[in-house]
Amino acid sequence: MKAKIHVTLKQGILDPQGKAIEHALDSLGFKHAANVRVGKYMELDIAEQDKAKAEAEVKAMCEKLLANTIIEEYRYELQ
Amino acid sequence: MNIGVVVFPGSNCDHDCQHVFRDVLGQDVTMVWHKETTLTGLDAVILPGGFSYGDYLRTGAIARFSPVMGAVKKYAADGGLVLGICNGFQILLEAGLLPGAMLRNQSLHFICNDVHVRVENAATPFTNACKPGQVLKIPIAHADGNYYTDPVTLAGLQANAQIVLRYCSPDGKVTSGANPNGSLDNIAGIRNAAGNVLGLMPHPERCAESVLGNDDGRLILSSVVEGIKKRPVGV
Repeated sequence: MKAKIHVTLKQGILDPQGKAIEHALDSLGFKHAANVRVGKYMELDIAEQDKAKAEAEVKAMCEKLLANTIIEEYRYELQ
Repeated sequence: MNIGVVVFPGSNCDHDCQHVFRDVLGQDVTMVWHKETTLTGLDAVILPGGFSYGDYLRTGAIARFSPVMGAVKKYAADGGLVLGICNGFQILLEAGLLPGAMLRNQSLHFICNDVHVRVENAATPFTNACKPGQVLKIPIAHADGNYYTDPVTLAGLQANAQIVLRYCSPDGKVTSGANPNGSLDNIAGIRNAAGNVLGLMPHPERCAESVLGNDDGRLILSSVVEGIKKRPVGV
């Protein structure tokens, strides 16, 4: 099973990289872009056929290591 | 006295810490490889600056799972003195030994500059050689020093005098203009509630000798030596 994991800064926490990209987009003429948020994308193979067990494991990985839940939030999909 | 300096893969201020404690302050220093699982016979433990594990994922995020960190947690729980400098501070945050987290500097730049910090609490084992309100000039060198925590935790830090150092102007005014990285409440260094763990972003080990043109950092590191003497026996 493959897990696809996205980690981003929580809403309300300033994302200076997102702001810089937003300004760059604006100066390139993309006037409709707003609220750019930068995050991390990770994917990994998980040797577990049971979807519920795999999901529990990925959630534990996110909580323990992949995201710092003080400042970040995460979401994932399993395929 | 025997000061332990932990060496992670990617630590690069470990020898500076060793030099100051050994050659400037005249103490024994033990370098502790990150694979060690015990910390016996040490009077204080330093987590030095650097780029442990290449700062992969987040600063300090991998180092906090090094074997030695289990021993550091136990050492801190038993009341031992733990000082985290720069990357060491980031590791202490990731390990949960200090509250909060580091965000990227607001400017997005890696900042390597002298800054001024005000000693907000001089009654700690890490600042006892300073006067309350004293302004120290110490360099910072980091990309992720923008301290963040939730409002409840921040109020607790403020109420319990856990904010030990704050970025300030050369004359000691804590202003947003004197804040180099966007850090919440100009925080440059905090201690834990028990008072035996301190993390700070500035590098006192880089300015502890007058031959270098600045020895303000010596006040922090000599405080640790004094702090050890004041510890209860057996801790």
